[in-house]
Amino acid sequence: MTDVYMNSKFIGSVPDGAEFRQQIIEERRLGKLPEQLNVFYSQNRDELFLETAAGRGSRPLIVVKEGKPTLTERHAEQLQKGEIAWSDLVKQGVIEFLDAAEEENAFVALEPEDLTPEHTHLEVSSVDLVGITTGLVPFAHHNQGARLMQGSKNQKQAIGFYAANYYTRLDMDVNLLHYPQEPIVRTLINEVINTEEHPFGQNVVVGVMAYKGYNMEDAIIMNKASIERGLARATYYRPVNAEELRYSGGLVDEVGIPDKDTKGYRTEHDYRLLEEDGLIYPEAKVKEGDVVIGKTSPPRFLSAMDEYNLATNYRRESSMSLKHGEEGVVDFVLMTENEEGNKLVQVRLRDQRIPTIGDKFTSRHGQKGVISLVVPENDMPFSASGIKPDIIFNPHGLPSRMTVSHMIELVAGKTGAMSGRTVDATIFNAEKEEDIRHELLRMGFRENGIELMYNGETGEPLMTEIFIGNQYYLRLKHMVKNKVHSRARGPIQLLTRQPTEGKAKEGGLRLGEMEKDTFVAHGASLLLKERFDSDHVVVPVCEDCGLVAVYDARRDQYHCQQCGEHAEVSPIEMSYAFKLLLDELKSLTIYPKLQLTGKY
Amino acid sequence: MSTIFKQYEGKIPQQLLDEVKENLPAKITDAKLKKILEEVQQEYDAAVVDSGECVGLVCAESIGEPGTQMTLNTFHFAGVSEMNVTTGLPRLIEILDARKTIKSPMMEVYLKEPYKHGEDIKKVAEKIKETKFEEYIKEVTIDVVESTMTVTLNTDRMDLVDIKIDRLMKVLSKSLKGFTLKKTGEDILEIKSNSKDEPLKEVYRLREKIRTIYINGVRGVTQVLPVKRGEEYMIATAGSNLKAVLKMDEVDTTRTVSNDLYEVEEVFGIEAVREQAIREVIKVLDAQGISIDIRHILLVADAMTMAGHVQGISRYGIVKDKPSVLARASFETPLRHIFNAAMIGERDPLNSVIENVMLNQPVPVGTGLPGLITKVKQ
Repeated sequence: MTDVYMNSKFIGSVPDGAEFRQQIIEERRLGKLPEQLNVFYSQNRDELFLETAAGRGSRPLIVVKEGKPTLTERHAEQLQKGEIAWSDLVKQGVIEFLDAAEEENAFVALEPEDLTPEHTHLEVSSVDLVGITTGLVPFAHHNQGARLMQGSKNQKQAIGFYAANYYTRLDMDVNLLHYPQEPIVRTLINEVINTEEHPFGQNVVVGVMAYKGYNMEDAIIMNKASIERGLARATYYRPVNAEELRYSGGLVDEVGIPDKDTKGYRTEHDYRLLEEDGLIYPEAKVKEGDVVIGKTSPPRFLSAMDEYNLATNYRRESSMSLKHGEEGVVDFVLMTENEEGNKLVQVRLRDQRIPTIGDKFTSRHGQKGVISLVVPENDMPFSASGIKPDIIFNPHGLPSRMTVSHMIELVAGKTGAMSGRTVDATIFNAEKEEDIRHELLRMGFRENGIELMYNGETGEPLMTEIFIGNQYYLRLKHMVKNKVHSRARGPIQLLTRQPTEGKAKEGGLRLGEMEKDTFVAHGASLLLKERFDSDHVVVPVCEDCGLVAVYDARRDQYHCQQCGEHAEVSPIEMSYAFKLLLDELKSLTIYPKLQLTGKY
Repeated sequence: MSTIFKQYEGKIPQQLLDEVKENLPAKITDAKLKKILEEVQQEYDAAVVDSGECVGLVCAESIGEPGTQMTLNTFHFAGVSEMNVTTGLPRLIEILDARKTIKSPMMEVYLKEPYKHGEDIKKVAEKIKETKFEEYIKEVTIDVVESTMTVTLNTDRMDLVDIKIDRLMKVLSKSLKGFTLKKTGEDILEIKSNSKDEPLKEVYRLREKIRTIYINGVRGVTQVLPVKRGEEYMIATAGSNLKAVLKMDEVDTTRTVSNDLYEVEEVFGIEAVREQAIREVIKVLDAQGISIDIRHILLVADAMTMAGHVQGISRYGIVKDKPSVLARASFETPLRHIFNAAMIGERDPLNSVIENVMLNQPVPVGTGLPGLITKVKQ
């Protein structure tokens, strides 16, 4: 007897589980049971599971009977003519959807040639073995699995042409590539996801060589002239939002240029770009600190006294301005109403992003890197036919990572570019490397993609042959301009008087515990003290009771709250954090007594 | 020549002097020798730790940094002849924390004269291994009507360890209270319950119990593995019981060790623990292909054993004995240390690193160590 579970709940038992499973599957293929019903029979446990629950992942497979796929040439013809649709195939029981559990019972062939009588299913396409983004990696079947993951992960961060109506949209934090291209070396998935309308990279000439040691550790060198011609140029859009919020007591925020007596009024200079309605005008050039939307808010706490004081100059300034390090041009100004009926103002900023040192790029094989040097075109190495690479990629990135597909794409891209065609590089079904090489040879190149190149500075031939070809390169959304940060002086935390943390708060860069250890290990004890002086204070301490004394500025006198007026007080240097610790200990009713001794 | 060497005695350690002596070319002029020794002394003086150099922190960094490169769990040897041993970072943490119970206690049992050449090595190994009665059983049948259990013994196994049926019966009868044990054949034992009311139930219960009865060998040793180390044979064991193993006649008591520091302390004393801790740490690091200067490891071992008993690098071990309240509080469980200090009115002399960092005072190492000696005008 086999126990039967429906959506993990026991519902009864059947005499023979295997037979029952077969029966269910047949009924489903006939359309008597729902397509989404999946059945799994565990021989070891002699239990049968039926699943209809929502949220399971399932995928389509071609049903195989007696070693032959039920999908025939006729089906394909009908599909092409549009006589039948995918759903008809499912209804006919030619295609069925299996979930993870039912797959355990299935024996799936990858290719029709592999079919044996034992097989129960056939993959619709061998591309199905990988997902959509991984399917975008060209020649993926030459790579190690981990590299495919990285290749597909990187592609998700690429800058492209994400939407044609971008001009009317107010997306948060988006980038738009100026001259996107379709890849020369492409996969089937490129057609499926419609890369034609949403391209996300550019075909560039890549030279695989070292360049003066500037491209160590995954760094890449870029040709300055290529950048000036618009290579990988992008625009960064960021909206600034403001809403007229309503508060209790009928008080509301107000968009407009704040009065000079508003609490927290900045300088007149900061508001100079605002028009009468408190909004900035389009095409205004803005820099950090400039106000984009002027706004005032009602006072936070209304005390009894304030209610008599009807003057409005108690309002707080709450304008939206550019943060530290930001700049751009006002692209678009929108005033509307949100769901709650509040006035909503949005200003979209635009900033042209020309590739600079530190910007991140990648090929489609998980070979990411940042620009380390932009070289003038006249200093770039050139080939016999005068070709200069747009990007120089370091060969040391290849042996340990074993991304063979990267190299094949280079050759295939060269072939495609020279013969003016695209190259199919779909996983398992790609064009043969041999054929591609022959084609390249016929066009007068070395079949392995290697060329003799010349030093751009001296004109002498390089003593090494250089592997050079075309490749689809992606610009990734991580750009230095959004990330650079430095600080000399700046805001401190109220509690500890130590510098704030993080770029958004203009924070300091922490010298951490392990960094501290290195100073100690070098015996650089006085230097260490200086580095930790950020919250340095001089505190008057009573020599008698060892507690922090008080300085009375009016009388220019110290007195101790324990020992009274005439206590002996000494100024003691310490970190404010330690003074805070002393105070906290006192609040725990612990008496931290400082015993003072002479330094000499 | 010897007069020149005499001059350098005390300036350079004897060991180095001997090494120089050994490696000198046959003919050497006094001037050249003098130059060599001068050079050696310079090198030696440069290598000596300066006063105020914080060796502890450099030691921690030198062990900690390569530690980050260690693979968390190294290979489990999927072979027949290797045992599953904790290595890598988990083992290193185990040693340095001085854990009371370690994950895989092991012994390396070295043998005396005739045995170390491989004679009867299997027999000796079997003698060390703890055996339960289960291993001598071939078959157990229960007669439901008579309420008796018949045990057929595995004579092959018994011959290997050289144990006779009479001795088995003697050991068994000790733990079989309330049953009668009878020998009914060459290798068959019959066990009958003396209980009146439910003899069958008792017998069934006994069937499970009987398997775990200890027969012979060293208690705690679950696995034995004879290995050839260089020229001689020794036995590696899983499970450790130094006391019992050292009592055996075949065992070379001068070299046999356990990897359990507490057991080593109990049997051999604290000096042995120091030595064993060093060896164990080096063993872990070598397996990972990491080389750390041995002086760092020596320092750790010294710190762990200087109290006269084993102490781990943990808040229960050597950190407990730090003289500074603030230093202890900054390590782990700050409140406990502060409250305890407050209760007894502890005084913090502020003479190590962490407290001074907290107070933003120069730390007393390196440039922070020397004070200015001068007369202050009154």
